[in-house]
Amino acid sequence: MKLKNSRLMLIIAFGFVLTACGPVVEQESITVVGSTALQPLVEAAGEQFGSENAGKFINVQGGGSGTGLSQIAADAVDIGNSDIFAEEKEGIDASKLVDHRVAVVGITPIVTPGTGVTDISLEELNKIFRGEITNWSELGGKDLTITVLNRASGSGTRATFEQWVLEEGQKSIITQEQESSGTVRQIVASTPGTISYVGFSYVNEDVVALSINGVEPTVENVKTNDWVIWSYEHMYTNGEPTGLTKDFLEYILSDEVQSTLIEAVGYIPTSQMEVERDVEGNRVPVE
Amino acid sequence: MEEIQARLLGNSKKGRLEKLGKTISFICIAIIVLVVASILYFVTSKGLSTFFIDGISFWDFLTGSVWNPGNVGENGQPLVGALPMITGSFLVTLLSAALATPFAIGAAIFMTEISPTTGKRILQPVVELLVGIPSVVYGFIGLTVIVPFFRSIFGGTGFGIISATLVLFVMILPTVTSMAVDALNAVPRYYREASLAMGATRWQTIYKVVLRSATPGLLTAVVFGMARAFGEALAVQMVIGNAALMPTDLITPASTLTSILTMGMGNTVMGTLENNVLWSLALILMVMALFFNILTRWIGKKGAIKK
Repeated sequence: MKLKNSRLMLIIAFGFVLTACGPVVEQESITVVGSTALQPLVEAAGEQFGSENAGKFINVQGGGSGTGLSQIAADAVDIGNSDIFAEEKEGIDASKLVDHRVAVVGITPIVTPGTGVTDISLEELNKIFRGEITNWSELGGKDLTITVLNRASGSGTRATFEQWVLEEGQKSIITQEQESSGTVRQIVASTPGTISYVGFSYVNEDVVALSINGVEPTVENVKTNDWVIWSYEHMYTNGEPTGLTKDFLEYILSDEVQSTLIEAVGYIPTSQMEVERDVEGNRVPVE
Repeated sequence: MEEIQARLLGNSKKGRLEKLGKTISFICIAIIVLVVASILYFVTSKGLSTFFIDGISFWDFLTGSVWNPGNVGENGQPLVGALPMITGSFLVTLLSAALATPFAIGAAIFMTEISPTTGKRILQPVVELLVGIPSVVYGFIGLTVIVPFFRSIFGGTGFGIISATLVLFVMILPTVTSMAVDALNAVPRYYREASLAMGATRWQTIYKVVLRSATPGLLTAVVFGMARAFGEALAVQMVIGNAALMPTDLITPASTLTSILTMGMGNTVMGTLENNVLWSLALILMVMALFFNILTRWIGKKGAIKK
């Protein structure tokens, strides 16, 4: 009896092992990895795509722009998401990668409510992040120490912010860092005198988004490039996309997704941009 | 006769089952050994490539205090000084262990010596419950309760070693407590009986007999708690501020090995210097984990009471 029991257990155990590999027939899936800024959009689009196309699955994972680029360069995934151009990332052979710009994200400095400052010049912003201005009273605000909060070095959001705020060769002071935009907002909201930066979609009533040189951080201003701190959201493929990868990219770039989902999750459709930029950040007229 | 002989010497059902069991256990062990060995090899080879491939001096890495891997310093060498993180890690570990030990041993004495029934019925489930709480929850409580609390007391931002210490204190408390309970329970009953029979009070018995004979077990418990504190990443990352600066006091933002490691890993490309130095940090963590392991074994080996 005991023997039978243990055999039964073994059979059940192996049964579990086998069913874990499940029926994979007639199903297709691709893996998308990278940028946490783009992740919510791709997840939403992937779910919608999956519900419209039975048996096709889009696996979406975060991990950061660096992961997205390195994984796609190594051909380990189907699509690599990134906030920055592949050419900007050291150690990536960008020549093999095909760039699909699916959206634009604007990035704005945010501060804790109650600093007394709502407008700032680009130069002042620069001085804050280089540690030359350390008190809000120097900017006409309250007598309150400025706490600078950065994203982790290598973050796409940080790279974009520093590209436009810091000049060539300048470095931010070594200061507090946080890994995700959500935590950044949480800390800025609750720590008096803190300044940091997030994508537009993360701004809410708990924090104050600063305008720069009188220009407000709005979607309209990004479209005209009056608000310069913005970046493309890239979805890179290794070589020209085929099969499901191609279908999915076409789906994301379709009018249906671009006109509804992208704006709903706080991004700006690439098609609505009135300017175009290249890797160096130079303006290129829209064709 | 031959039939019996065949049955005794041949493969019986039970014999086959025995062999099957042995084989399965052996395969499982082999896989574990393989996994551990490959992890050791992977982390070591990646961690050492900073020094052998990128040519960073090991001494500069350990003693440098500027951490900015993407940039080079005045001498043309990348800025990869890990001292701020190493200091941060050791400070939070030692401080939280120092804070947790008296509470853990106190709770353990209460649960084993003073009031075993209440201890078993109330305190033990509570302690076990604490173990099951995910570290992100501890981190979030730290971020929303502890950080503002220290900000209101000391000013500044509230992020820093002291906040991390307090969060880790709560996180390692259950580990240390439950292991201390085991250590105290392992003290033979007749030690206590002999002590009481000689006229010692209960407190004298606890202090001079029970605690003393359980010392190796208690030390092991503390070291285990330290190992957990040293390796904890998520919760610490949320409350320490993650500024790669040498800590000058307990209330300014600092960083630990794990906080810098987890923040940077997703944003660096495999094979680049920025990525390799993170693996070097991982190597330090792994060496420390091994060290804590060896330490517990060594403490265990020293045996119970001498004389």
